[in-house]
Amino acid sequence: MNWFTKLLSSTLGRKVLMALTGLFLILFLVVHLIGNLQLLHSDQGQAFNIYARFMTTNPLIKTVSYVNYAIILVHIVWALLLTIHNRKSRGPEGYAVTNGSSAWTSRNMGILGTLILIFLVIHLKGFWAEMHWGGISTVTYDNEVYKDLYTVVDKAYTMEWYVAIYVVSMIALAFHLWHGFISAFQTLGLNHSKYNGLIRFVGRAFAIIVPALFALIPIWMYLDK
Amino acid sequence: MNLLNGLKEATNNMKITLKVWRQKNNATKGGFKVYPIEHVSTDMSFLEMLDVLNNDLVRKGEDAVAFDHDCREGICGMCSLYINGKPHGPQQTTTCQLHMRSFKDGDTITVEPWRAKAFPVIRDLVVDRTAFDRIQQAGGYVSINTGGVPDANEIPIPKKIADEAFDAAVCIGCGACVAACKNASAMLFVSAKVSQLALLPQGKPERKERAEKMVAQMDAEGFGACTNTGACEAECPKGISLTNIARLNREYLSASLTSYEVEVKGGD
Repeated sequence: MNWFTKLLSSTLGRKVLMALTGLFLILFLVVHLIGNLQLLHSDQGQAFNIYARFMTTNPLIKTVSYVNYAIILVHIVWALLLTIHNRKSRGPEGYAVTNGSSAWTSRNMGILGTLILIFLVIHLKGFWAEMHWGGISTVTYDNEVYKDLYTVVDKAYTMEWYVAIYVVSMIALAFHLWHGFISAFQTLGLNHSKYNGLIRFVGRAFAIIVPALFALIPIWMYLDK
Repeated sequence: MNLLNGLKEATNNMKITLKVWRQKNNATKGGFKVYPIEHVSTDMSFLEMLDVLNNDLVRKGEDAVAFDHDCREGICGMCSLYINGKPHGPQQTTTCQLHMRSFKDGDTITVEPWRAKAFPVIRDLVVDRTAFDRIQQAGGYVSINTGGVPDANEIPIPKKIADEAFDAAVCIGCGACVAACKNASAMLFVSAKVSQLALLPQGKPERKERAEKMVAQMDAEGFGACTNTGACEAECPKGISLTNIARLNREYLSASLTSYEVEVKGGD
């Protein structure tokens, strides 16, 4: 086994991969959120539709998006590998009584991640697949034809259950980030009294603000009818 | 009068019910057995209470409950026991330093062995913790020739660094971190052992090789990965800090990227 595969197959290396992919996905959340905020323009979706076309046709963005899919996949597969390994490590018999002295979120990253994955399937099917392969209607701005993704989104958010799924999923994301953001730095060995406070503060703020803004969009559009 | 009252309270007779894991050996299946115990003094340590139970059992011709213990002073790391869902019980100390005053009259106390694939049960509450010894043998030592005793001022070590190394070195290797962790991870133990040597001059020449070898052995023993839940730090009777785990992550990562050892024996 060469040094690189040895590193990646060790428990520490696997965790480093989880941390790095997790931090990349945190950056992705920021970019995605900024884009989604175009939905709140009162322009019948013009800004959002122009943005959506840019995101699906620009070669640089397309390349980054393929990297993004790969990173999501690595984050999921490695989480699964680690979870299986960790379950086995307890041994044949579990405890009859446990009296945990750790945070709930830190013990349930797998469950929270699974909820986010289920959401991702619904989300991709509803909008991403529609944009790429769906029979989507078109609109014309300045003599140029655009796919009207805005109407698809707008229609979806008239359904209470759809909005509810989005809000619940963002709560799961918030809890996932509550532990994940700070934990990623610890896994990378970045733990020092000089900046621990900053990581904690930014991590907690990010875990609240970003999912809250994501959840605000469907709520806003639902109420704006 | 106050002293008398204190004495009276201290010798109070408590009645407790013990639910103890009994298992003949690793090949047989174990189960809980319930033992009511009377005349428990609040001044007894948890292990002394078990001694009383065992005296009763032997008198009745039954097998005594097997449990690990040695110094009974909280420094050897031999005692274990998962008491009411916590390693070493409700106080952040070793089981030998846990006293029955931490419990109430009429309590039911569940006592289980450490649960980890790498710590198989030998008998009742005794588990095999030689996995820790093998991790230590993989690199938890200094093998370079450090020569004679140098002048005290020849190798300056900042107080802060000396303190940090000492704080890591107080790990007694009891395994409470593994027992507390939902993944049965040994990261706190390994990180303490790696830290105490990586921080000091004598340990530095072998720090890369040490981190790589000890982590490889930790993985080979079947311990889980670290999820950074912090349960280990919360339960460690010696207060080993999570900053050691971050240091181990750093040590291992930088060792993997910069050590001279390219091929590792025994890999596939």
